[in-house]
Amino acid sequence: MVEYAMEAISHASTALGILAKDGLVIAAEKKVASKLLDETKSGEKIYIIHDNMICGVAGITSDANILINYVQTAAQQFLYTFNEDMPCEQLVQKLCDLKQGYTQYGGLRPFGVSFIYGGWDEHHGFQLYHSDPSGNYSGWKATCIGANTASAQGILRQEYKEDGMTLQEAKNLAIKVLSKTMDTTSLGSDKLEFATLELVNGKVERRIFNQAEIEALLKENNLFNKTEEAK
Amino acid sequence: METLFGITGKDFVITAYDSKAVASITLMKTGEDKSRDLNAHSLMLFSGEPGDGVHFAEYIERNIKLNGIRHGIEMSPKAVASFARRELADSLRSRKPYSVNLLIAGFDVKTNKPELYWMDHLASSAEIPFGVHGYGAYYCLSLLDRYHREDITEEEGIKLLQKCITELRSRLILNMPDFVVKIVNKDGIRVVQI
Repeated sequence: MVEYAMEAISHASTALGILAKDGLVIAAEKKVASKLLDETKSGEKIYIIHDNMICGVAGITSDANILINYVQTAAQQFLYTFNEDMPCEQLVQKLCDLKQGYTQYGGLRPFGVSFIYGGWDEHHGFQLYHSDPSGNYSGWKATCIGANTASAQGILRQEYKEDGMTLQEAKNLAIKVLSKTMDTTSLGSDKLEFATLELVNGKVERRIFNQAEIEALLKENNLFNKTEEAK
Repeated sequence: METLFGITGKDFVITAYDSKAVASITLMKTGEDKSRDLNAHSLMLFSGEPGDGVHFAEYIERNIKLNGIRHGIEMSPKAVASFARRELADSLRSRKPYSVNLLIAGFDVKTNKPELYWMDHLASSAEIPFGVHGYGAYYCLSLLDRYHREDITEEEGIKLLQKCITELRSRLILNMPDFVVKIVNKDGIRVVQI
């Protein structure tokens, strides 16, 4: 069952995360199935888990909603008990414990979702994690889930700077990887979701980019004009 | 009758408790341990219903140690105090609540700050620079008010504590025997003879 879920995810639209020295990026591709399809008002691929954590999703969105709801509640319960933000890895582990449960007991199917989590805590600073439907999780400097992971990770491996990147470089790299691995020829703000975490005055600041901001970012990378021409 | 002290300083917290076990008007025992080390940089002093204190403190202690083993992260004094408060508050609303007063002292190694939390048996909690539980509070809070500063050194802190104990011995009608003093700082918790 888990293998089928993993296979399904490798066809889902891409989401990637890149860790920088001073922050992190999570970016995702939205597949537009039909031109009649309108945007949902909330994002589809990037979610806020907690003040200090965001995540990107690949797989069955309805399954993801259940898990995100669960982990958001867990983070608040931790805050309620300890009056502190939950450490990132503990949150990831909590979610993975739930995922694992569905691989072991009969009669239920596993959750068909992979996540990329980006977070900051006072213990280990900025962190990037990936988890799959089996409940395995691992920490990464840069990783990718969904379709075309192989080629995306190839680019990430080549271009990632071992000695640390700045957030700006990470943002540019994220755009570059997505532009090269997306199936569509035109890269528009309607096909992307983009979010960053950074520290401002010692506090975590989440930024979920809106359409205009994504367009600005594409222009910065000279990718926007190309898409206009393509249209 | 029972007295617990906590005094924060520049980079440490001094705690002290009388080592008496009392039942009604009878002294049952001296050398009673009214403190538990919760992790490397947090400790808890308790007074109140005999038995309840030990039971509650060990319950908190073991949960915090378990948390440390599971996640490999030492809980901050603030997290420890919040957790203890939550447990006490939940217990308060149960059939048989714990009847304990607490002082939680700790040194936050992330922020390099000493912290002291005062908590009563109704689970109201406050972070304070110094605090006393028990009858001793009536005699010592004024002294602490007068002489405590944020930046006192360890020697000054111990002197202040001795001043408080002298006051207790001269004013409180009860016999105040030995106090056990524990100091927590960046290097951990240690017992001090005064």
